[in-house]
Amino acid sequence: MLQWIFLIGLLALLASAYKIGTGTALGRASATGERLHSLPGYYGAYTVLWAAFPALVLIAIWAILQGGLIEGIIVSELPEKLRVLPENELGLVMNDVRNIAAGAFGTGDDVDPAVKAAAMHLRSLEDMSSWAMLAAALAAAAAGLFLARKRLEPEFRARNQVERIVMWFLMGSSTIAILTTVGIVLSLLFEAWRFFEQIPPLDFLFGLEWSPQTAIRDDQVGSSGAFGAIPVFAGTMLISLLAMMVAAPIGLFAAIYMAEYASPRFRAIVKPVLEILAGIPTVVYGFFAALTMAPFFREMGDLLGFDVASQSALAAGVVMGVMIIPFVSSLSDDVITAVPRSLREGSYGLGATKSETIRKVIIPAALPGIVGSLLLAVSRAIGETMIVVMAAGLSANLTGNPFEAVTTVTVQIVTLLVGDQEFDSAKTLAAFALGLVLFFVTLILNVIALHVVRKYREQYD
Amino acid sequence: MSAVTKEQAAATDTTAPVSALPKMKGRKVCVHYGEKQALFDVDIDILDKQVTALIGPSGCGKSTFLRCLNRMNDVVDICRVSGDVTLDDGDIYDSKVDVVHLRARVGMVFQKPNPFPKTIFENIAYGPRIHGLAKDKTTLEETVEKSLRRAGLWEEVKDRLDQPGTGLSGGQQQRLCIARAIAVEPEVILMDEPCSALDPIATATIEDLIHELRENFTIAIVTHSMQQAARVSQKTAFFHLGKLIEYGDTEQIFTNPKQEKTQGYITGRFG
Repeated sequence: MLQWIFLIGLLALLASAYKIGTGTALGRASATGERLHSLPGYYGAYTVLWAAFPALVLIAIWAILQGGLIEGIIVSELPEKLRVLPENELGLVMNDVRNIAAGAFGTGDDVDPAVKAAAMHLRSLEDMSSWAMLAAALAAAAAGLFLARKRLEPEFRARNQVERIVMWFLMGSSTIAILTTVGIVLSLLFEAWRFFEQIPPLDFLFGLEWSPQTAIRDDQVGSSGAFGAIPVFAGTMLISLLAMMVAAPIGLFAAIYMAEYASPRFRAIVKPVLEILAGIPTVVYGFFAALTMAPFFREMGDLLGFDVASQSALAAGVVMGVMIIPFVSSLSDDVITAVPRSLREGSYGLGATKSETIRKVIIPAALPGIVGSLLLAVSRAIGETMIVVMAAGLSANLTGNPFEAVTTVTVQIVTLLVGDQEFDSAKTLAAFALGLVLFFVTLILNVIALHVVRKYREQYD
Repeated sequence: MSAVTKEQAAATDTTAPVSALPKMKGRKVCVHYGEKQALFDVDIDILDKQVTALIGPSGCGKSTFLRCLNRMNDVVDICRVSGDVTLDDGDIYDSKVDVVHLRARVGMVFQKPNPFPKTIFENIAYGPRIHGLAKDKTTLEETVEKSLRRAGLWEEVKDRLDQPGTGLSGGQQQRLCIARAIAVEPEVILMDEPCSALDPIATATIEDLIHELRENFTIAIVTHSMQQAARVSQKTAFFHLGKLIEYGDTEQIFTNPKQEKTQGYITGRFG
């Protein structure tokens, strides 16, 4: 509770820093008769930034260091018999200490008094630390305020300084985005590295058999584990191909109709409706695929004399295709509409019909954007998980037959990591290797997309 | 009236034939954009193998009238055209007329050069292809070369026919568009301010080209520049606020206008 009051005090200090900054600058300007270099508000903002920044940095550093330091103190004060325990058992004891300190459980008589004492000490240390942190933050804010106030002469370029701080702030934001990506890639790389220590990369990349069940105990039989990823990737490719065979023509034709033929009123209604398709949760598509489309395809197969599995690549692929139609149609519609009117009139002026104009002038001119929308749809299809989990099955068949059940990379990652899993067996680590390869595939797709778009842009602008 | 304009008008119009037949006729042409009337009862003859210039201040309806001549206004949803427009005495707004055939006979060059995002060759070959004018590759190549020669562009582009038409300079692009229009062998070419996006040198080239094209084609040109109208045309029509104010020989319009408004416009008192 008192911490909240402290925080409110800090905010109040920052608010008053604005007033103080503005007031000081105006006061000094009128005292010397000089004109302020910047608008008064900039002096206020400058003061606020100087008060807030040290306090926030201090809180952040304190929060990072506090845990380790306090734990060190507690461990060093534990009685001899507990302190010499091996690391993982010591960890368990420390868990107890933390839980008791948080008041979670074990305040009864069955607890070791030493642990209890350590817990009490931990709680008091943590209390003290957070008090000290808030006090230090307040002091830092006040010091920053004081230092900034000293610089607020009328000729001081507060506006330029504030602009520069804003730039650093923006740069920091973009850096966070980049660092997150780098972090994810690195964690993928490290985990995949641990996997490849157990399974040779060549076996993984070119193996034709996928059955990731490994023996947990030495005496277990029957689960040898095979980590050939080809069937899994073949499944992904098959389903993505099926999805694109549905989405590319339908999406493109819908886009052409909306952009070129439909009346503005029709377009204004239909385009948002199509975009609703993109807003349906993929789980809903998933059970639509599993419960409606799959039985439909199986019955159709029976009727026509094909043997269609109850969980078929076809059902998953077709439903996924329907899901990504809006990606293709909406983006293609935008690029087609963006083709300059002068090109259309030029073609009409030569006596071309509407469809000739669309085929020979508008589509070629809009091609970079269309290719971009298709590639975006492909990466959506490759990364899509829920529909395939529900409709495509788990068996890793290496097949090109869309009537059979196949599995995909994303489905395997899900099944490998769902539930209680130990994170050091080849089985779970395989998920990271799959993720890594998937990441590279989509990366390469994006690079190709950029290249295609750039090449055509040179030609068509 | 400036001395320059007078001299130019006198210089160019010495060869104007007196009795050319009308190729296209507009009678009581009215155009509405939605509720707003843009053109009021316009009567003009576009004479065969002559250049007819349409001049007037911005928004006077000269481009609108030009676009009636090959029904380009059909493309605009809210546009309604009434009155009669004839080509060789056939009504072009008749329901039996296929607008595609009409536009093959009445070609158009636009204000801004608008080459297609294709190679130079494909730009020219586009029209002949969609109208089935070239039976085989050799005839198509001949058509392309002939069109480019007539547009005075052949020497500049003959070595790079496979490069994008959009890579040419503005003046070259406009001549490419003219070549594209004449590749379909139209009878009439409509030009909607063809030089307004070009520099003076490119403009001069296009104007020379218009002189040459007059031997084979009937031309109607909209222009903002009165000097240009005086230089290239034999007949001039002056529009103001959607009405045709005066129509006559270019020399007469520029030296001895009958209407006060025409006088005012060409001497630069308004517009």
